Amino acid sequence: MTATATFSIWRGDLQGGKLVDYQTEIVQGMVVLDAVRRIQADQANDMAVRWNCKAGKCGSCATEINGKPRLMCMTRLSDLSTTQPIRVEPMRTFPHIRDLVTDVSWNFAKKRTVRKFNPRKPDAADGTWRMAQIDVDRVQEFRKCIECFLCQDVCHVLRNHQLFDEYIGPRLLVYDAALVMHPLDSDQRLADLRHAHGIGYCNITKCCTNVCPEEIKITDNAIIPLKERVVDLYFDPLTRLFGGAR
Amino acid sequence: MAQYETIQHDVLVIGAGGAGLRGAIEAAGRGVSVGVISKSLLGKAHTVMAEGGVAAALSNVDDRDNWKVHFADTMRGGQYVNNWRMAELHAKEAPDRVRELEAWGAVFDRTPDGRILQRNFGGHRYARLAHVGDRTGLEMIRTLQDHATFERMSFYTEFTIVSLLKEGNRVVGAIGYQREKGLFFVFQAKAVVLATGGLGRAYKITSNSWEGTGDGFALALDAGAELRDVEFVQFHPTGMIWPPSVAGLLVTEGVRGEGGVLRNRLGRRFMFDDIPALYKNQTADTEEEGWRYTVGDKNARRPPELVTRDHVARCIMREVREGRGSPHGGVFLDIAWIKEKIPNAEKHIRAKLPSMYDQFLKLADLDITKEPMEVGPTTHYSMGGVRVDGDSQMSSLPGLFAAGECAAGLHGANRLGGNSLSDLLVFGKRAGEYAARFALETSLGRVSESAVNENIRQALAPFENGAKGRGESPYQLQAELQEMMQELVGIVRTENEMVRALDGIQKLKERSRSLHVEGNRMYNVGWHTAVDVGNLLTVSEAICRAALERRESRGAHYRIDYPDKSESLAKVNTTLHKGEDGAISVRLEPIKEMPAELKQIIEEMK
Ligand SMILES: Cc1cc2nc3c(=O)[nH]c(=O)nc-3n(C[C@H](O)[C@H](O)[C@H](O)COP(=O)(O)OP(=O)(O)OC[C@H]3O[C@@H](n4cnc5c(N)ncnc54)[C@H](O)[C@@H]3O)c2cc1C
Ligand code: SF4
Ligand code: SF4
Ligand code: FES
Repeated sequence: MTATATFSIWRGDLQGGKLVDYQTEIVQGMVVLDAVRRIQADQANDMAVRWNCKAGKCGSCATEINGKPRLMCMTRLSDLSTTQPIRVEPMRTFPHIRDLVTDVSWNFAKKRTVRKFNPRKPDAADGTWRMAQIDVDRVQEFRKCIECFLCQDVCHVLRNHQLFDEYIGPRLLVYDAALVMHPLDSDQRLADLRHAHGIGYCNITKCCTNVCPEEIKITDNAIIPLKERVVDLYFDPLTRLFGGAR
Repeated sequence: MAQYETIQHDVLVIGAGGAGLRGAIEAAGRGVSVGVISKSLLGKAHTVMAEGGVAAALSNVDDRDNWKVHFADTMRGGQYVNNWRMAELHAKEAPDRVRELEAWGAVFDRTPDGRILQRNFGGHRYARLAHVGDRTGLEMIRTLQDHATFERMSFYTEFTIVSLLKEGNRVVGAIGYQREKGLFFVFQAKAVVLATGGLGRAYKITSNSWEGTGDGFALALDAGAELRDVEFVQFHPTGMIWPPSVAGLLVTEGVRGEGGVLRNRLGRRFMFDDIPALYKNQTADTEEEGWRYTVGDKNARRPPELVTRDHVARCIMREVREGRGSPHGGVFLDIAWIKEKIPNAEKHIRAKLPSMYDQFLKLADLDITKEPMEVGPTTHYSMGGVRVDGDSQMSSLPGLFAAGECAAGLHGANRLGGNSLSDLLVFGKRAGEYAARFALETSLGRVSESAVNENIRQALAPFENGAKGRGESPYQLQAELQEMMQELVGIVRTENEMVRALDGIQKLKERSRSLHVEGNRMYNVGWHTAVDVGNLLTVSEAICRAALERRESRGAHYRIDYPDKSESLAKVNTTLHKGEDGAISVRLEPIKEMPAELKQIIEEMK
């Protein structure tokens, strides 16, 4: 059951680049990363590709496949049409380094603006806490994030409007949500969410949720509840009367 | 004169997996300046892939558990060639290290009364693995990463270290390149911690990520430090085997912990057919008793699927060899069957094994809540590594420490599942602590300019071959080596095959002198692969040489020419050293006598 397929892969660096066509043999069960690595080994030895686990667990291999942000290692060829060349390009929202590799360091730098986890005092004398599974389920959904940054790549606030200073993007709102809804965290995080993290820029297009390989309901479960909390704090007349929010 | 930049730290940690990050946090907390280096981005190290859990005798689920039982289990699993001091420290300290993660924000699955939940795993007498579904490694690395970014340390991500630097006998730094631009950096440090992970990529079928090229083993050996027990390579019994593109991908032991059973083509639970003597007393006699164990009956003994990995892997090989395997050359692993036993089984499986559910659905079109999986052994873990002192994690060279998978000792001849993540925490912390102490008592050493220049020249040699327009492809050489190791130094070993492998490695080494790389130094994966190949050749040779010397079968090391355990070899470790001439020598070194208290614990737990 062997056949060949054509891959149009973005080659180039900051000086410029272009799509280059490569043909390679494909076999049953193959994912895009298999094909790209085979091309790299046989035809393009110096091609820059970032991947680690090939199991959808590390979030390294994020690219745009036929224009859609996806993990190369979890995109099966059987789900794509091979009658047309399959286009593989780097994530376009971040600065390009070379070929399929982009500079995602902005995400790590921005993450440092989210204050550290700050637990309440331990519940038990031995220094441990008690939490019910039902209360941690919600946070565990957010903590599934593999930091692939596909959601950051697709979010128009970053991609089109380039508001990198004003907005931290869906991935980091998920991170915020994991802290705000963490049963043990005792920090006040809503002021940062409103100001430094710019949650107001999100207009709930849900593009981020659609690309998340971990199927985190970014908009419904993280961003909207956070927005509600911010609104409650800042625009609820009672809170304002008692000077709860600044 | 080669060009490079110099950076100074008190403690340099090479590796940002669980061991490296835990070590760095500890060192930074002691007020020294810390640099952390990794080949990939932060949070992507191999630790992120760990699935089943982290072993610690918290006794939240079974109050009969305590450090003594964990110690005895670890020694039994390792067939008593473990470093008993490390096994003791590990069992005693793991619970605190796990609880500490919770204080740093980790969110483990919970017991009904709100404490950290623990699950069953092979070779652990009681439910002992703290876990988060089947993505425990992600939880652990993210917690450490998020905590570490608030400590005083500098990260150098996508940097590759190519050599350690020495002044006399002491390690005083390391040299490497930044992958993005291909520029060289010299890191001067008072103490260096190796936390570079494993060597699974020496084999064709492996659960390891591309990073597992045994760099720490090779760096240490080349610098003159000793390695230990590298013949013990763990083949995990359950890797995916179909479709071919995912062969080797891990299927967590958690599947069996949750009640998954192994069957051959005839539907027989073949693990009942051969239960090793060391585990006879602890293993269920009937399928019914095995199931009771799975659901927490304290009077039941574990199902035979949960004996140690070495044994399960060999039983699978036997079924396949004798013609009772599955269509693609493995056996069946069935978790779907538990619907006969519990209501809502499908939901339960998806809650407990979400990544496995996804992995099979997305990559193999198979719904594990409905159908059995096809599985077979995959290269997984190195028990051996850099020889270290059990308390301080210092290697045989002053100033060089090692922790995590690249260090030897804790696991002996076979590692128990879950004992690696706890190893990273316990000994990562210790390495960080002792490296910081060492650094506080010393000053920076001198780095030899000529050594630096020579290292850079060697690292760049493939480009010169490239410019001449011919030479060997690093990808091709790597593939040939992996195939050879898989075939000749795999689960079942014998002298003449290993001698052939050594000969093959020698030939590949010669060919590797003309490795050829095209293009420039910017993020050039061909070049990176050429560097990896050098390390893989060194560790492959080390594995062969140690495996030849261990003329017996023990734990993960199985030889058909010596199928039994040898009493005299039960008392030794293999120690490897590379001489000035580049030859790797192996000596058998007696294991230090175990103190009476520890001996007594082992006796009591038999
Ligand atoms: C699929 C899978 C599942 C597993 N599940 C479990 C489990 O459930 N429980 C358990 O206890 N264990 C499990 N293990 C084993 C465990 O995950 C590993 O043994 C452990 O994570 C190794 O951690 P480490 O910190 O030693 O190294 P790693 O996490 O491998 O990190 C190595 C680090 O060193 C860096 N590095 C390497 N070489 C260089 C170099 N030359 N220069 C610079 N940096 C370098 C890498 O970039 C990386 O940052 C599993 C392993 C696999 C593969
Ligand atoms: S929902 Fe919000 S965060 Fe998500 S893509 Fe749209 S604007 Fe961006
Ligand atoms: S939220 Fe989803 S898409 Fe965004 S970084 Fe995390 S895993 Fe990737
Ligand atoms: S390589 Fe790890 S997610 Fe694709």
